[in-house]
Amino acid sequence: MEENIVESRSIRTDASEVIVRWFGYIVISIFALSCLLPFLLILGTSFTTESAIKKFGFNFWPKEFSTFAYKIVFENPDIIVGSYIVTIAITVVGTAVGLFLVAMTGYALQRPDFGYRNGISFFIYFTTLFSGGLVPFYLLVTQYLSLKDNYMAVLLPGLLSPFLIIMMKSFVRSIPHAITESAKIDGAGDFTIFIRLILPMTTPALATIGLFIALGYWNEWYNSMLFLSPNMEYRPLQLFLYNVVTSADFVRNSAAASNVSLRDVPLESMKMATAVVATGPVIMFYPFVQRYFIKGITVGAVKG
Amino acid sequence: MEKVIQPAIQSKPRTESSGRLRRFWNNKTLLLMCLPAIAFFIVFAYLPMPGVYLAFIQYNYADGIFKSPFVAFDNFRFLVMNGDLWRLTFNTVAYNLVFIVLGNVLQIFVAILLNELRRKWFKKVAQTLMFLPHFISAVLIGLIAYNILSYDYGLLNHVLASFGMDPVKTYSNAAIWPFIIVFTFLWQSTGYGSIVYFAAIMGLDNEIIEASEIDGANAFQRIIYIIIPWLKPTFIILLLFSLGGILKGNFGLFYNLVGANNTQLYATTDIIETYVFRSLMTNFNFSIGSAVSLYQSVFGFVIVITANWLVKKASPENSLF
Repeated sequence: MEENIVESRSIRTDASEVIVRWFGYIVISIFALSCLLPFLLILGTSFTTESAIKKFGFNFWPKEFSTFAYKIVFENPDIIVGSYIVTIAITVVGTAVGLFLVAMTGYALQRPDFGYRNGISFFIYFTTLFSGGLVPFYLLVTQYLSLKDNYMAVLLPGLLSPFLIIMMKSFVRSIPHAITESAKIDGAGDFTIFIRLILPMTTPALATIGLFIALGYWNEWYNSMLFLSPNMEYRPLQLFLYNVVTSADFVRNSAAASNVSLRDVPLESMKMATAVVATGPVIMFYPFVQRYFIKGITVGAVKG
Repeated sequence: MEKVIQPAIQSKPRTESSGRLRRFWNNKTLLLMCLPAIAFFIVFAYLPMPGVYLAFIQYNYADGIFKSPFVAFDNFRFLVMNGDLWRLTFNTVAYNLVFIVLGNVLQIFVAILLNELRRKWFKKVAQTLMFLPHFISAVLIGLIAYNILSYDYGLLNHVLASFGMDPVKTYSNAAIWPFIIVFTFLWQSTGYGSIVYFAAIMGLDNEIIEASEIDGANAFQRIIYIIIPWLKPTFIILLLFSLGGILKGNFGLFYNLVGANNTQLYATTDIIETYVFRSLMTNFNFSIGSAVSLYQSVFGFVIVITANWLVKKASPENSLF
């Protein structure tokens, strides 16, 4: 955590220091390992033959190594590639549009000279206090907006959230209002100021908020499950994974296209292989961006 | 020049409506910039609100919203009489209380320990690993639990067997699920949640620590008498904020851990969100689902207001409104 590590202080090493430090290393090591191991369990099982799974159960290290599950997953790459494309498209479009809207709204609502800022802020914040509930929301999307089996039902509700707008507001607060004022004196309009001045000055904030939105879309499965029916050909990755994990029939059907008899479909290892394919790339990506998430939670956590 | 302009401005009649109009005109661009967000919240948050009317009718698909019979509070009466409302409230609140208390205590614990470590690379690697569970989808959490708990192949029974113990049928034993759910929640959220406390410790003035060392405080005393009291305000604020959401359940966690239709586990795992979801998607009982949601919204609202009032008393600058 770049900003946070205090360099070794001049500390006398007495017994208590040593005890606390060793205790810390041990506890943190155990906890950190416990966070990693389940992923290795999935990875290991995905490379295990079905017969070994039936005999020895799930294992970190394949007792009998096999790439059969992956072969079947990719035998018919259409489905998984289609899922990837759907998820990437929703994530990219949703993040771009959502980020722009969050930034624009957050900036406007943080302007001290904006006469309606309190009213609109409350209008947005109120939605976290009271909601119509799931059933009216479901009826709205399916019956009144007619978005059943439409990717828009996944894309649209994730664009904005009061939480992210509040986070943007607290980022913008650190930019002196004088910058906006002097640009106004020079004759710049509000929108121009936002695009030309504020956006370039808030890139770290935008990265943080953008990653929050992107992560939300990538892990999205709730709206997908509500609004996209199982017979859709290409479904977002997490919904696809959910179907694979929860329905043996679904796995058999998707394996049916390959030349494997239904009896031989490696049900268990296919679940794991699908999970690896659906999650792996993101986990690889994540250590490089985690500092932005840390910035987000430290800004957003206490206030709002 | 001045003499001419000055009276011209002053003599202009400043009625209420022209002031309002000017205010609108001066703010037009900023207002336009907020317009997409306003439209968004109108559509996705405010339009469904009148739908709480569903809670007061006996909705059936053929008659639609407007022709289904109005039953006033019958849906609520039904939920109270059959005990569902009490069970759901108890489960949701009890889980949240345990999540909040244990969660914060563990987060503080981890943050303090992290702060005591000296090796930079170790801290970095450990934090990266501890945050990992926060970034995966609820679906994957469910799969991980299945990997460990599955009766036939799960790691748990594998380990039990190697000690010569009998396998446990986790997925049909309601009594152990509170532990599983709490454990999973803590596993997923502790690392990420500890950041706030870790950052708070970083905000502690180094001179205070050094002064305490000069006075002869050892590591335990430093933690107990300096760091923990320093974290107390953060703890109280976070606690009060989370209390505001005590009626809101983590649907993804419960739904993916327990499974969609595992009725044997409902007694200990059914929360408001899963119940409403089931009334919508499985039982098609829209009115009952709406009634539970409305109950949740109204009481949630009261609780947030109360929590905010408490925050205001504890530290005015942190209150939400």
